[in-house]
Amino acid sequence: MNKEKLVYGGAVIVGVSLIAALLVALVLFSIGASPLATYKTILTGPLSDVFGVTEVLVRSVPLLLVGLGIAISFRSGILNIGAEGQIQMGVLASTAVALALPGLPRGILLPLVLLAGALGGALWGGIAGWLRARLQVNEILSTVMLNYIAAQVHTFLLRGPMLDPNELETGSGTPQSMRLPETAFLDQIVPGTRLHTGLILALVAAVLVYVLLWKTTLGYRMRAAGAGAKAARYAGIPVEKYLVVAMLLAGGFAGLAGAVEVTGVHHRAIEGISSGYGFAGIVVALFGMLHPGGIVPSAIFFGILLIGADMTQRSAGVPANMVLVLQGVIILSIVSAQSFLRNPYAQERLFRWLSGFRPKKGAQP
Amino acid sequence: MTAMLEPISELKLEGITKRFPGVLACDGISLQVRQGEVLALVGENGAGKTTLMNIIMGLYRPDSGTISVNGEPVHFRTPRDAYARGIGMVHQHFMLVPNMTVAENLALGLKQLHHFMWLDIKGAAQKIRDVSERYELPVNPDAYIWQLSVGEQQRVELVKTLCLGARLLILDEPTSALTPQETDDLIERLQRMASELAIIFISHKLNEVKALSDRVSILRHGAVVFHGQTANHEPSELAALMTGHDVTLPRNEGGGPPGEPLLSVKNLRVRGDRGNLALDGLDLELRAGEILGVAGVSGNGQREFADALAGLRPVESGEILLEGRNLANRSPRAIIDAGMGYVPEDRQTEGIVPSFSVKDNLILKDFASRQFSWLSFLRRKEIDRNAEQLKERFDIRCPSTHTATGALSGGNIQKVILAREIARGPKALVAVYPTRGIDMGAQEFIHSQLLDRRREGVGIVLISEELEEVMNLSDRIAVIYKGRILKILPAVEATRERLGILMAGLADPDPPAASVHPSAGAAHE
Amino acid sequence: MNPEVMIYNVLSLAVPFSVAILLAALGENFNQRAGVFNLGCDGIMCMGAFVGFMLPYSLKAGPLAPYGNLLGVMGALAAGALLGLLFALVTVTFRASQGIAGIGLQMLGWGLSGTLFRHFVGGVTGVEGILAMPIPYLSRIPFLGGVLFNHTPLAYVAFLLVPASWFLLYKTPWGLKVRAVGTHPRAADTMGISVDRTRYQALMLGGAMAGLAGAYLSLCQARMFSDDLVAGRGFIAVALVYFGRWSPLGILGGALLFSIAQSFQLSMQVWGIKFPYEFAVMLPYVLVIVVLALARKARQLGPTELGKPYNREMRF
Repeated sequence: MNKEKLVYGGAVIVGVSLIAALLVALVLFSIGASPLATYKTILTGPLSDVFGVTEVLVRSVPLLLVGLGIAISFRSGILNIGAEGQIQMGVLASTAVALALPGLPRGILLPLVLLAGALGGALWGGIAGWLRARLQVNEILSTVMLNYIAAQVHTFLLRGPMLDPNELETGSGTPQSMRLPETAFLDQIVPGTRLHTGLILALVAAVLVYVLLWKTTLGYRMRAAGAGAKAARYAGIPVEKYLVVAMLLAGGFAGLAGAVEVTGVHHRAIEGISSGYGFAGIVVALFGMLHPGGIVPSAIFFGILLIGADMTQRSAGVPANMVLVLQGVIILSIVSAQSFLRNPYAQERLFRWLSGFRPKKGAQP
Repeated sequence: MTAMLEPISELKLEGITKRFPGVLACDGISLQVRQGEVLALVGENGAGKTTLMNIIMGLYRPDSGTISVNGEPVHFRTPRDAYARGIGMVHQHFMLVPNMTVAENLALGLKQLHHFMWLDIKGAAQKIRDVSERYELPVNPDAYIWQLSVGEQQRVELVKTLCLGARLLILDEPTSALTPQETDDLIERLQRMASELAIIFISHKLNEVKALSDRVSILRHGAVVFHGQTANHEPSELAALMTGHDVTLPRNEGGGPPGEPLLSVKNLRVRGDRGNLALDGLDLELRAGEILGVAGVSGNGQREFADALAGLRPVESGEILLEGRNLANRSPRAIIDAGMGYVPEDRQTEGIVPSFSVKDNLILKDFASRQFSWLSFLRRKEIDRNAEQLKERFDIRCPSTHTATGALSGGNIQKVILAREIARGPKALVAVYPTRGIDMGAQEFIHSQLLDRRREGVGIVLISEELEEVMNLSDRIAVIYKGRILKILPAVEATRERLGILMAGLADPDPPAASVHPSAGAAHE
Repeated sequence: MNPEVMIYNVLSLAVPFSVAILLAALGENFNQRAGVFNLGCDGIMCMGAFVGFMLPYSLKAGPLAPYGNLLGVMGALAAGALLGLLFALVTVTFRASQGIAGIGLQMLGWGLSGTLFRHFVGGVTGVEGILAMPIPYLSRIPFLGGVLFNHTPLAYVAFLLVPASWFLLYKTPWGLKVRAVGTHPRAADTMGISVDRTRYQALMLGGAMAGLAGAYLSLCQARMFSDDLVAGRGFIAVALVYFGRWSPLGILGGALLFSIAQSFQLSMQVWGIKFPYEFAVMLPYVLVIVVLALARKARQLGPTELGKPYNREMRF
């Protein structure tokens, strides 16, 4: 990416953030919270101590992985809204493998568990890709539906076949799986915190996605299919095939995020494990301009927001759903700003409108 | 209603200027036209004709300048304002909603039929009957637009515009989709209507301008460069004024040895988007070192033929043999690898990926080749080198090869496509409307490139609706009608009239053999 | 059990189930006919449900209490129209990508309704809601009376809106404009129809109807509000528009089909047929995917400019 594009993109993102912050301030104001105090808590609260910073990073890991997958799919012209369901499938697949093969040595089990998670997510994403490629089913609708279906599958398995037998005995009935064998745990990076080596995995993934999209023929094919499906088809690129590939990859990254949550944080499958990462990942990807170089800081930023929102819920009584509002407003602002500013006519009109203020100061001929 | 009946005695434009981002589309244009007069507005593609007319219609707001009707300045904000003063336009691309009836299309613009919660569709139908009778333009108000032929749609547009009260008609390239005979018919009608109306006739076909108009104004790069009486000037003179310099498009001078048979299409049957048989037994043979022109009214299967050749449309039956290998129903990739080059119809969406850089578009078909990739990693240096080289050789004018291709002009985009296709060294090349909507300079370049390839032994199928282009470049001309090749004739025997009659689906009036066809006589001369 | 009773049970449950998705889908049909694909329908339904619930809830003790439900319905319509307006600003004026913007609107509506609910109400609380209003005489017809004529007023409104929206689309000037701007906006523009204004109107009407659909859920069906009350019905409504091939009658058929599937699933549990609950719940969502896969040919019949922003000054 060249420098001007970067500066321009950065300026758009900053502008969008300000607009979004302003709009959300209205909502905060209406529920009687002080916007400034809330924003201060959200943005500085999580960073006030080392533990807070590590918690932010713990949240950033799944956001980053999901965001990378979504960037791949969006770049390939398929709008994956189904990361939420793909995460859950990753959680189930990785947990199942870890619990089924507890005897394997760590060097084999851990990669196998992560791979299983990625495959679970890829399968779930691939369904939507296949439906779009073969049957022209709108992928937004199908992935949304697959989210609801995955949620039910997840609940069904955690309450039934995969339920921890201890829960039945003690009778508390919390729908969760058995604890994973410790050979399937990711290491901690900072002892005493939850920060785990998934962070390194995610950062490596970011580099790989960059190389994939811009340095390889596969990435070229996928981007061509996304940016100009017709021309790609005329050039002999089987566009439909790469829609499926893109969804497999996108789902794979989301599934990997699920597996990392299981092996790094919770060490078992629990309900609500994806906690909205699938949707937040869309915002992370858009906010990072669908480029790994932007998605890394964007994931950290949204990690801060998520932790910060929890804090304001406790300290200022602002419901944590507020994050959803913020995400929605950011999406609307980003897509508006991007398409509005990309349009040369609008740019020119904006420029003319701005310069229209000058001659009115008495310079009329 | 009352304002509509007032005749347009004069429409006057003064100093109209309109700027688009990066383009000065109209640069201080002044014009006038009176009742009973036909003004021809002539200029190359991109000279600003259509923009100017859209300004008159109130679709665009001019940056400066004034428009006045009967001496009174007007400011149109929407086409409805223009119609209210009796000005109406028939756009080059028909402005008809395909899944609505003729009457509904008219009712869209007739405010007086819009009652609260009720649409007077019968009133619209009646109005259409009245006008179509008065001007002898038969139109069925209850027909759906998608059921009508191009010529019928043209008539609907005329009737619609007249129903809306137009006394000044603006016709933007009205003949571009018509056969020569339909064109002659339209011009005759317009001549009859001209006495009651004022007409602005936009065209770049100078013989039509000569036949119809009283006065002519020539636009170049957004400015008027010439005003004059049509009768006093020869078409060649106007052509030179239009392009600004003497352009002589290169011609196929014939010669060269007749090559081996290269591509043969046998009994090809292909379905169109609606499931109809768009190609119904098409036969064709192309030799190496030959340009075979395919002429026809658009919608007779050209699109489907091109798609089938590129592997983008399933072939129901028949064969496409390139050097004896059947390519029917092979993948686009396999067809490309077999040595087929392709310049698609819609360059913006089919020829290039607009947001990709020029250098990336130049490898759109070859990115995976050994030259540009290594173990499926792209070889950026080689891609850059290739781009610089082709930019030079094909005179692609772009700020740098990193520029997004979609930002280039039509002519330069077409050069990018041509560069990519030719650099691959194809055996056969299919070019669909290769010069549509691009300026003469680029046109000249593209024509000479095609002729050069011919000399090198490439076989070229040229699908075009510009008869002149087909006649200039081809060795033989195949006329396509309703999905079949009606006739193939050597270019030297082709005349505009003869092709026109064939394009209309009539039997050849002038067969090379001595037999006599009495039936087609009526349509001829 | 008597099969007739079983059918009666399924059908009499299905009709009220169909109301919310029917209302939302009829509204979405106006959006799509005008060329705008509004995936934020679900979020608008959330806000409609919240506002519909909130007004009668907060007016419960005051002098306006008797009008609480009416004000709730009107508030839901207004909230829906307002969100439709916001979506129009984003997709029509700013010409943003409609698919992604729709997801943004969905998050906004969903999050905002949840935030406001938690702040102003807190936990699960019921409201009296709107009660069923059997139609005199007709409701006493055996079998049919109970299935068709024993519902809340909003349900009757929804079914009357089927012919009404057909009439609006095909017999009125406004409908003509809507169909034109969704299929060939430039043609409409050259006839003096404002494409942007028509799309704004369609989006506001569609939004208001989605808001009404939400209010139906909170006031008539659940008589309470919660975060997951809407549960993706907005997305199902969008799918129904495809399934119904942009015709009000087709949409009605689709809505009934879905509701019958849903009420059948509930009835099975009542009848004690052993079937994992979760699989029954996912049934309608699976059905949507199947239906979308089957309806793929429909696209040619629909508004051909669906999803594409219109820009007058973009030249060919």
